[in-house]
This record gives sequence, structure tokens and C-alpha cells, in this order.
Amino acid sequence: MRRGNDAGSPSELERMSEAEVPEFRVAFDGVSLKRGERLIFDGLSCGFPRGRVSVVLGGSGAGKSTLIRMIGGLQRPDSGSVRVAGQDITGFSERELFKVRDRIGMLFQGGALLDSMTVAENVALPLREHTRLADMDIESEVDRRLVAVGLANTGHLYPRALSGGMGRRAALARAIVMDPEILLVDEPFSGLDPINVRRIEALLVDLNRHLDLTLIVTSHHMASSLRMADRLVFMVDGIAIAGSPADLLKSEDERIVEFLSAESDRFAEHHELDVTPLMDRRTMPDRRKNS
Amino acid sequence: MKLELIENLGYRSLVVLEHLGRIAQFGIRIVVCLLVRPYRIRRLVADVYDAGVLSLPVVCLSGAVVGGTLSLLGYTTLVRFGAEEALGALVGLAVIRELGPVLTALLVTGRAGSAIAAEIATMVTTEQLDGLRMMSVDPVDFVVSPKALALLLVMPLLAGLFIVFALVGGYGIAVGLLGVDGGSFMSSMEGSVKFWNDVIGSFSKAITFGALTGLIATYRGYISEPTAAGVSAATTGTVVIGSVAILVFDFFLNGFWGV
Repeated sequence: MRRGNDAGSPSELERMSEAEVPEFRVAFDGVSLKRGERLIFDGLSCGFPRGRVSVVLGGSGAGKSTLIRMIGGLQRPDSGSVRVAGQDITGFSERELFKVRDRIGMLFQGGALLDSMTVAENVALPLREHTRLADMDIESEVDRRLVAVGLANTGHLYPRALSGGMGRRAALARAIVMDPEILLVDEPFSGLDPINVRRIEALLVDLNRHLDLTLIVTSHHMASSLRMADRLVFMVDGIAIAGSPADLLKSEDERIVEFLSAESDRFAEHHELDVTPLMDRRTMPDRRKNS
Repeated sequence: MKLELIENLGYRSLVVLEHLGRIAQFGIRIVVCLLVRPYRIRRLVADVYDAGVLSLPVVCLSGAVVGGTLSLLGYTTLVRFGAEEALGALVGLAVIRELGPVLTALLVTGRAGSAIAAEIATMVTTEQLDGLRMMSVDPVDFVVSPKALALLLVMPLLAGLFIVFALVGGYGIAVGLLGVDGGSFMSSMEGSVKFWNDVIGSFSKAITFGALTGLIATYRGYISEPTAAGVSAATTGTVVIGSVAILVFDFFLNGFWGV
């Protein structure tokens, strides 16, 4: 059962002629997932085209990170299938998943750098584990990646000495060190200042353009999402609504309109939260123990 | 009410059995990872340093104090029967057969075991283990097995040191403070401590406790919930379950094999 909607109707796939549909590098089909009593995905279907930047949007708890984790095989669906690089990974063992993950790089929200190792050792780890490169070659490869993400001369530092933006860039260097085909990026902009947001955004777009990476980014940062996305996937009520940024901006679906308007002035007029009952009785300062 | 009690008991027993099964599976995975290349020598050395070298002060100090206390207690009892020359045998046997391996295992579980559980649990919380999985690196191979092996290796060495310090402490108090003859202290110890039964038995106990602590600490960290409370539960769980398991195993080792 396909419950994935597209922004326009009929579905995006039907509207496009065969030649126009870029091959989906990652595709979800009828994926359901329950966590406790909460239904996270309810027959979710959507695809992520090869060589394009897809941004997954949605409110907190909509399942964006879970979606990314499913592509990496870190989370299994209760039902439905997840196809990555042409293979249905749903029933794969951990060993089989390792072969699929060889083609994937992942940037975690918190970086997930190993804190017992320096930045250079972190970036070098996949090379040491999976290649026969000599130490000198590994070092030069690591330097190249660190320079590319703007972190030259930081290889000797431990992750705890890095700022949020630097840590995320170091993690990005590690995620791309094996030249993956697919790069999964979980909330790259959360907690960053505007300069770092633009810097990481530019890096991701450059990577997509120059290395022909299939880039899948989760975000709730609307401005950067609209700037960088070739395709937006909007997660709501356990399903995905996908389309080009223009499609989604034109969409009349209430849920999308509400999400998009949250960043505009319109939101203030009709959101349901109200703090005025608190304003007329600020009594706590007088109730403090030492007052 | 009674039915509920029985139901609860049954449920809890099943949970314990399930965990025992999982621990056994986890242990087999660790052994396979240790036997199959690549061998993580550098990580093992670092973990041996963390679990072993950093535990040295607490183990040596505790050993000396326990030996001294044993001498004091033993002397007050033995002197009533005029048998103070048997103090060496008492201190030697108690420390080598029982207190050395057991107390060392409890101390190492509290210091190194809890630290290992907390470290692995923190890696779960901060997605470092998932990060390894996404790099096609097995976290059990990369993180867990060197730590479990490190605990197995350091436990007999630390127990040996504990015993040496306890014997020196016991001798010092007996001869220096209580006026027991040094020669008779040593000869009574030499006469009653058997190499195969006592020394090798103590060594095997320490290895068993090392394996046990390594398994429990790494397992407890590995299965922890990815929250701050999960880290705390992993640490506490390691100390509690580890300590009880050590004492239970010690009972069976003593009772059934006479070690």
C-alpha cells in the first residue's frame, strides 16, 4: 500500500516521463514503524533520486532522524521495504549491512566522533579499517579532507576541544573520507550560528556537485533547505509528501502550509499557544525562599 | 494476590533467563572477535593501562591494609591459645586462597568495571557506536572486546599484587608491631600454603572473576538506554551485578572444586 503523497496531484512519478525520473538511490515502500504506542511511520513511501540534494523536513518527533537511521540500517521497519542502492536491506544481517554501508557516509547530529581519538585519527579510522593504504598516504588523505572542510591544522586536537560547527565539519570529513555514493546528514544546522550554517550548507552543496553524491539531509531550517534542496520530503502524520521546493511552496495541503508559515509573521496570528494567562500574575519572585 | 505474585516471579525469572542467554551470546561474540583478525593490540594496551595501571594504587593500598588487619585480628585470637607462630599460615591461606582474588575482583569491578560500563554507555548515548556501525566497523570488535580482554588479563596480575602487598602488610604488623618471630611467621606460611591447590587455585579464581567482570561491565554498557539515566543505570548495574556474581561464583568455586 502506497501512502506517500506527492505535493502535486497526480503523483510526481506519474507526472514525469520515464526519462525525467532520476533513478531513486534510496526508496521507501509502505514502511511502518511503531515505538511503544506511538506510530512513527504509517505506510510511508518516498524516494531519493541519485545525485540530487533531498531535504527531509518535518516538526520535532516527525521521524526525520529515524528515516535517516533506517537508510543506514540502524533501525529496522516493522513492515514495508527500504531499498538502498538497488538492494532491499530490510532483512539484511549486520554483516550484509556492512557491505551496503560501505557505499554510505553518515553525519550524525552530534558528530559521533570517537572522543578517545584525535580528529585525524577519527577521520583516518575508515581508511585504516577498510584499505591497505600506507600510513603516509592515510595521513595525506586525512589532511586533504580536513583542508576541504576548513579544518587544516586541527588534526591533533581531540573532539572535546572543537566548537559545535568545527566538530560537525570534522565529522563530515570522516563521513566523506571513503568517497561514499550516498551521504546521510542528520540535522547539520541545529544549534549553529548563521555563519556556520552557510559554511556547512555550502560544503554540502559543493560535495553534491563535485562528487555527484546523493545527499539526504534532515533539517527544520527552512531557509537553508529551500536554498539547497532539489527535492523536499515533508514528513507528517507518519507519511511523506515529496516534491520540488516550488511544488511544496505552492501546495495547499494544510499541514505543509502550517509548517511553512511557522517561519512567517502569519504564524503568530493563528498559533494556539498563549502565554497571556502567565503575564498578569508574575508571583514567583515574591515566593522565592530567600525573598 | 497470590497469583499475581507467582505471575510476577515467573515474569522476572524469564527476564533474568533472557539476559543470561543474551550475555552468553555476547560472550561468544567477544571471543570470536578476539580470535579473528584484525587484532586490536593498540587498543588493548590502552585498555590494560586504564583498567590495570590506574587501579594499582587502590589495589596495593587495600592489600597492605587487609593484610595488616588480618594479622591484628588473627594475633588476638591465636595468642589466647599460644599459637601465634601460626599467624603466617592464617594470613597466607586467607589472603592467597580467598581475600586476594575476591577483594581484588570487587575493587576492580568498582573502579575499572564501572568506568568501562560508563564509557561504553556514553558511547551509546552519543551515537559513537552507531557511528562505528555506519563505517562498517563492528563496535563489539573495536570497542568491547579489547576492554573485556583487558579486564581478564589485569585481574590475575592485580590479584597477585594485592596478595604480595597483603602478605607484606601482614608480616610488617605481625613482626614489627606484635613481636611475632619473623622466621616462624614465614615457615608456618610456607608449610601450609600449597602451590597447586592454593596458588594456582587463586590464580584461576582471579582469571574467572576477570572474565566475569569484563563480560558484565561491557554487556551492561552495551545494552544501556541512550540517556543520562541509562549511563547511570549501566554503572550501578555493573557494580551490583558484578559484585554479587563474583561472590556467587566464589562460593561455587570453593564448594564444588575446592579451589
